[in-house]
Parts: sequence; structure tokens; C-alpha cells
Amino acid sequence: MGTFHNDKGELHGITVVVDTDGPDVFVGRCHEVTPAGVVLLDVDVHSEAPGAASKDEWVRRAARFGVWGRHRHLVVPSARVASIRRLGDVATE
Amino acid sequence: MPYSPLLVKPMREELTSAGVEELLTAADVDRWMAQHEGTALLIVNSVCGCAAGAARPGVRAALQGAPRPDRVATVFAGQDLEATARARAAFADIPPSSPSMALYKDGELVYFVPRHRIEGRTGQEIAADLAQAFERWCVAAPATR
Repeated sequence: MGTFHNDKGELHGITVVVDTDGPDVFVGRCHEVTPAGVVLLDVDVHSEAPGAASKDEWVRRAARFGVWGRHRHLVVPSARVASIRRLGDVATE
Repeated sequence: MPYSPLLVKPMREELTSAGVEELLTAADVDRWMAQHEGTALLIVNSVCGCAAGAARPGVRAALQGAPRPDRVATVFAGQDLEATARARAAFADIPPSSPSMALYKDGELVYFVPRHRIEGRTGQEIAADLAQAFERWCVAAPATR
């Protein structure tokens, strides 16, 4: 379904998972994907570390219930982006 | 700031015309939530595009089938602020999102549809998800002797 801002790309307004090659994974509502990076709104971020949930575990929980928008606005630089996918496409079980 | 009541009126009516009870105040929510017996669906309505394109049409379609919840109600995020806050307090450990839907069975939350499971999808897909949930949770257990 389209949004009010079709010039922002197909992911505009969609909650996405932005994974990185490092320990961090981001979930937020995609505003725009630009050459500089992925612009996210209402974002939460998880950092994989010993004793903490894995990125996969955290994303699965996010897929079940959503995330707390701990950051109103955040840009993930393109150089850090390993993948981007819809949170709604993540299996919850 | 809430939108004009005139603007959101048809968004409200899309659900109320399908038999969905509108909860406008915290007291309405308290009264509705106090009933624990049976199954109940609470819809957090919103002005956003995915509510118009997927959530509301999906709910309307799902409610035409059987089984369906015993009671269905809605609060309007961004409009009926007090009622929405009170409704969300009932699932306070779940991040707030709208539109969203919560299905209760005997007072227990058994199924939740957050916004990201609605956005980018069609009303038919949402209806199919709801129908599956209703099939699982809203079928009365056979009577035992």
C-alpha cells in the first residue's frame, strides 16, 4: 500500500530491521533510504554482547511486539548497513 | 494535536458501522475491560494510511465471518487520548503502536497485532490473519459432562 510520500521510496513508512556487520541492529520506521544512509524514525537499537540477547533473538521479539521508540530520529550510515528488511517479514515463532 | 473531528468521523464510522463499540473515555475502557468472560477484540484506530488501507477494511471483513469475538471495541489514538492511554495500560509491556489490535480470552491477552504487522499489507491479508486468530481463540470449547 502506498503512503502520502511516494517519492521517499517503497520502504517509506514501513518498520524495518537494519542490520550491520558489527554488533548493532536497528529497528525503526523507515523515512528514507539515501546514499548517505537509512533515515529511521522512532528507533530502538540492540547491541549484541556477552550475556545479552543475540541480534536474532532481539529481532524476533521486536517482530512479535514492536519496539520502544527510544530515538526519535536516527541515521544509519550506508557504510554500516549490511541489510535492510521489513520487520513484518520476520518470523515470530 | 488531535485532528478535526470532522476529518476523523468517517474513520470512526468505518468501524462503528460494523458493530464495533467506540470507547471514548477512560471510564468506557474501564467498564469494557472489567468484563473478563469470553473473547474480546480491542482495536487501536488511527489516522494513518495503514489504518485506512489495511486495518479497518481487515477488521470489517474479519467480523463478517465466524467465529468472531464476543465483544469488539475501539479507541482512537491521537484523538481520544485518555481512552487510548487507559487501553494501552492494559498491555503496558508492549510498545505502543497504532493501528494495532489486541485479542483477549477470559481477560487474558492471547494475540496481538502491532502496527508493523499491518503496514504494507492489504485488508484481505489482515482479515485472513484475524480469521485465523478467531478460529484459534474464539471457538467455544465443547461442553463437558
